[in-house]
Amino acid sequence: MYVEQISIFIENKFGRLAEVTRILGDAGVNIRTLSLADTSDFGILRLIVNDTEKARTVLKERGFTVSKTDVVAVEIPDRPGGLADILQVLDGDGINVEYMYAFVERCGENAVMIFRFDETQKAITTLTSKNFNVLPGERLYSM
Amino acid sequence: MFFNEEFETLPREALEALQLKRLKAMVARVEKSVPFYKEALAKAGVTADSIQSLKDLQRLPFTYKQDMRDSYPYNLFAVPMEDIVRIHASSGTTGKPTVVGYTKKDIETWSELMARSFMAAGVHKGDIIHNSYGYGLFTGGLGAHYGAERLGASVIPMSGGNTKKQIMIMQDFGSTVLTCTPSYSLFMAEAAKEEGIDFRDLKLRVGIFGAEPWSEEMRRDIEGKLNLSAVDIYGLSEIMGPGVAIECCEAKKGLHIWEDHFIPEIINPETCVVLPEGQMGELVITTITKEGIPLIRYRTRDITSITYEPCICGRTHARIARMSGRSDDMLIIRGVNVFPSQIEAILMGVEGVEPHYVLIVERKDNLDTLEVQVEVGENLFSDEIKHLQALSSKIEKQIKEMLGVTCRVRLVEPKSITRSEGKAKRVIDNRNKA
Repeated sequence: MYVEQISIFIENKFGRLAEVTRILGDAGVNIRTLSLADTSDFGILRLIVNDTEKARTVLKERGFTVSKTDVVAVEIPDRPGGLADILQVLDGDGINVEYMYAFVERCGENAVMIFRFDETQKAITTLTSKNFNVLPGERLYSM
Repeated sequence: MFFNEEFETLPREALEALQLKRLKAMVARVEKSVPFYKEALAKAGVTADSIQSLKDLQRLPFTYKQDMRDSYPYNLFAVPMEDIVRIHASSGTTGKPTVVGYTKKDIETWSELMARSFMAAGVHKGDIIHNSYGYGLFTGGLGAHYGAERLGASVIPMSGGNTKKQIMIMQDFGSTVLTCTPSYSLFMAEAAKEEGIDFRDLKLRVGIFGAEPWSEEMRRDIEGKLNLSAVDIYGLSEIMGPGVAIECCEAKKGLHIWEDHFIPEIINPETCVVLPEGQMGELVITTITKEGIPLIRYRTRDITSITYEPCICGRTHARIARMSGRSDDMLIIRGVNVFPSQIEAILMGVEGVEPHYVLIVERKDNLDTLEVQVEVGENLFSDEIKHLQALSSKIEKQIKEMLGVTCRVRLVEPKSITRSEGKAKRVIDNRNKA
């Protein structure tokens, strides 16, 4: 039920983001969604792409530091309080969110959020037991 | 104005005769009491008796900083510990400091030479000396302090740091002389300005600045901003501490090295050949009166030149030029000695760090800054910001704790640090030392 995400270390230097996206584009890798966390010196670009392995290989070849992380995609009802409900359930089970961001596409009527938890497996169990829809990676890569 | 006119103006011939006599006596002492020198002198085939002229100095073996490390802590001492009244130490590359010991007479000599240095700089009894050199294992604070007392001046033992308080004391106590690193003097002047205090309105008349390289431009800057006469002082703990050499206020052209206690030589650091007057090379010093830890031909690694031309101040002692660099890779950051290898050792102790780093030294607002760039490879990378930030601060903390210097760690992409064939370029020093 995990979704594969790749994370890339990027210095806060002119043109670095453009270079990463160009490398991926030239390799025919399509970015499904992304988030950028940044500090004054560096940033971490987190991507979900249609071909994780290929993206990793081409970026490594070009000297980038890349890592693969398992994240969780969850459908969230697109209404006020939708996100609050899910966070409350997680909070109740003592699960921490390290970071999260929104997926670009919708899944039917619902929004999709990407989560990185401190305890991934436990989070999935909790969410599914409360009838939240956890999306498998394959669905996202091709969405 | 002289502190010890007889010795400071000794005619060249008499000075050299005194040097020879003292050199022979020193060699005779160490060949008896220091096993390291006994062996080194035997290997060089020199005995105290075989020294006939100062030229024979060139037959004596060199002493390197490494020899002092190998003798840690007391093996180079030439007297029993019960005769040692003071111990100082400076930072070393391996985490172990270089240790020096002083007898009562050594402290007296040091105090006199420092008093002579103050006098040469234009300081006298009646002055209030604000001493911002660090007190402690570092020789700067206590060295200047004892010299000030010997001179009969009033000394304020400020030590470093706490800039606001320094400024307040200087203003309220009516300090007339400031001793600190040149960069710190400018830093204080800037800080005072922000408080609405103009250093030019203070009573400061003389500034004695050392412990780090500085330029003629910086002197002009300091003299303009602080309204005082700025002189350069030189010293190193291995030889004594501050007061080995000083500029006279009359000429401010080269630093008089107290030749009745030290014999300077300038050598080519690669061939070890002694260079003629005026040529740039590494300064080598032999201590001829020291009792605690006498050193023969100590390789200071400082690059300078020497002149024996008479000086307008009347002192007959030779003058060395302002230090223009080092023959090794030592950095002096805010007066603290830092070897890149020390930082490397700390970095290598952090799991996942690869041996690709570069040190960038700059002078911002008159204070030295050190940036350590570390490449983030896969072993180091985390996709969470907090982990990477924890890593930077961990390295910063370790460097501060072990080397006593504040730095900023900057994480950079792999391969962004230039690789070079052969010796890696570890240091980018952007300070203007021209």
